Amino acid sequence: MSTESIALTGVREPSRAFGDWLTSWITTVDHKRLGILYIVFALLFLVLGGIEATIIRIQLIAPLNTFVSPRTFNRMFTMHGTTMIFFAAMPILFGFANYFVPLMIGARDMAFPRLNALSFWLTAFGGFLLYFSFVGANGLYGAGGAPDVGWFAYAPLTSKAFSLGHSTDFWTLSLMVSGFGSIGTAVNIVATIVSMRCPGMTFGKMPLFAWLNLVVFGMVLVVVSPLTAAQLMLCVDRFLGGHFFDTQAGGSAVLWMHFFWFFGHPEVYILVIPAFAFMSEIVPVFSRKPIFGYPIMVGATVAIGFVSMTVWAHHMFTVGMSAYGNSFFVITTMIVGIPTGIKIFNWLGTMWGGKIIFKTPMLFCIAFLFQFLVAGLTGIMLGAAPFDWQLAGSYFLVAHFHYVIVGAILFALFGAFYYWFPKMSGRMYNETLGKVHFWLFVLGFHLTFDFMHIPGLLGMPRRIYTYEPGRGWEVWNLIVTIGAVVQGIAILIFVSNLLYSMFKGKLAGNDPWDAWTLEWSVASPPPEYNFLTIPEVRSRRPLWDIKHPEDPDWKYE
Amino acid sequence: MSTAAVRPASLETPWSLPYKGQIGMLCLIAAESSIFTIFVVAYIFYIGKSLTGPMPREILEVPIFATICLLSSSLTIHAAVGALRKGNLAMFRLLWFITLALGAIFLFKTGSEWQRLIYEKNFTISTNLFGTTYYSLVGLHASHVIVGLVGLLTVFLLALAGRVRQEHVDNVDTFALYWHFVDAVWVVVFTVVYIVGR
Repeated sequence: MSTESIALTGVREPSRAFGDWLTSWITTVDHKRLGILYIVFALLFLVLGGIEATIIRIQLIAPLNTFVSPRTFNRMFTMHGTTMIFFAAMPILFGFANYFVPLMIGARDMAFPRLNALSFWLTAFGGFLLYFSFVGANGLYGAGGAPDVGWFAYAPLTSKAFSLGHSTDFWTLSLMVSGFGSIGTAVNIVATIVSMRCPGMTFGKMPLFAWLNLVVFGMVLVVVSPLTAAQLMLCVDRFLGGHFFDTQAGGSAVLWMHFFWFFGHPEVYILVIPAFAFMSEIVPVFSRKPIFGYPIMVGATVAIGFVSMTVWAHHMFTVGMSAYGNSFFVITTMIVGIPTGIKIFNWLGTMWGGKIIFKTPMLFCIAFLFQFLVAGLTGIMLGAAPFDWQLAGSYFLVAHFHYVIVGAILFALFGAFYYWFPKMSGRMYNETLGKVHFWLFVLGFHLTFDFMHIPGLLGMPRRIYTYEPGRGWEVWNLIVTIGAVVQGIAILIFVSNLLYSMFKGKLAGNDPWDAWTLEWSVASPPPEYNFLTIPEVRSRRPLWDIKHPEDPDWKYE
Repeated sequence: MSTAAVRPASLETPWSLPYKGQIGMLCLIAAESSIFTIFVVAYIFYIGKSLTGPMPREILEVPIFATICLLSSSLTIHAAVGALRKGNLAMFRLLWFITLALGAIFLFKTGSEWQRLIYEKNFTISTNLFGTTYYSLVGLHASHVIVGLVGLLTVFLLALAGRVRQEHVDNVDTFALYWHFVDAVWVVVFTVVYIVGR
């Protein structure tokens, strides 16, 4: 080898190293890297959805405000809802499942690694397609731009007559594409959990995280597909001149509502059960006790999975169903509260008598317990048809479901971030900054979403562009917007904490929390192959058995 | 590396789990079933709701021959997998080809039925609600038949090239599961469209 060629290699190396690095991420089929890609992608869309929320809140800060035009406002709430549900919440939870399910069940990768990569890129492509509508949807035919039909896109708003141009087409196609991605991930994770568990890990010894994700992805299979089917029908209507939701040809607008909410309500559980999964891992470790009532927890989750598929029309009480229809959906809605309540008592039972460690992940979990309870109670209120007739479509409803999604799901997600950050990055986060983030976010959350109930009770409808002064809504809207700013600051602290700690945090080691599930037995971050030798387990807490050979769990289970 | 330590006393019972391909295919079938369920629900919901003609009874002919072909292809693919499991490669190739041919006949019959409806009866997807639901549901099924035929053809070509052997029986069996599903869906579609809907 001549000196010249060596010198050339030296010059080229940095750019090639970056290219290799990029290629390795784009072509990866490693479940951990795909998990991180999911999470990074979701955080990007979380920021976009957050910007849209900020625009909505600035517009509503004062009466008769004209910060944006009415049309832009419609686009903002449509894109905010669609982005947050499909491209922030779902991918972030799929990312955690991708990263930790194989590690927790002692597998080296998912059942179908290449399908895993395909699913991620489908989801990512769906997200980019949705946002491409901002520039790409300006058709020659008239109104274009981002979708403005609301995130549940009721017919006939989506018909050709009322939605010119291609904005609705971008909406429906992006959800269809990402829906295929979700189904692929669901196939993969269910097959992984059923067929890839390490020796000894029977269903009764599987970590609750894996159990709950099994239920979640089983639900994804049977409820995301109907959304895809409904989107196919909408495409038939819009592209081929079909009449599924065309009331002028005998079609039914209510049928779309049924199809959408048959997906839409179980979707809430697809989002919240992973939050339950985080809770069920974090609360025991920081209470220094095994989970209270493991079999009941599994049973309650499966029950939620089934019952949640029978409650969808409680989103439709104001449509005018029969008294029997209303009664049925009121009763099922009340029933789903029972297994959910059981879970809250299980976490309380886990904390009861434990040596609770108030680190940041645990703080978020405790806040989850309070806030999820309140969100459940307003859910029970709205689940009663007569009450719903008054407040459906008001800011009370908006406050209720943000209480679930932010107060419960996002809080549990923050807990999960802090809990598993050491495993994923190999370094500890800054505990002080974490606590500052927690308290600021609690403050901002309650300012926004506690006070959002009140204008709803006073009659303020959702999706309203602006309002007149003198209705008594001004002060509440002002407080809500201030709370949103506080939450934004808290999230900036969170992001800077993670970014700083990723490079400068102190090394975490394998098991910084003295935890019990298999992911803590490997290095941080885990090697590409996860486990040098496939572990064998004999109890639900394999690491406890190793740390306490004199008193292992399997003697009692 | 502390992983080696996660090995308590070795297990008493041998450890075996279901084949991941089979589980994955069952999951896919669950998802596909929900898609078909939604289309079937829409079909049933819209029976008799068309504001203008033609109505199903006036133009639909019951595709008995095509149905017999498709349903018997389930038997031949089952027998083909059985032959492969026993290692009888010639028999496997023959039965697999018959399956492929039966599926192709079904698709051809569907195509000629559509041609008759579109060109002779002037009946399209945008004619009325019946047209929308009929072409969507039957078309959704036909698109699954096409995917199945592509798969059948791929396996057949690989088999001719000698690349499908006895040890691949699990993979072939997984694919057969998909074909059985396509046939089972046809039973539902046939019942809804040609018996209930007429």
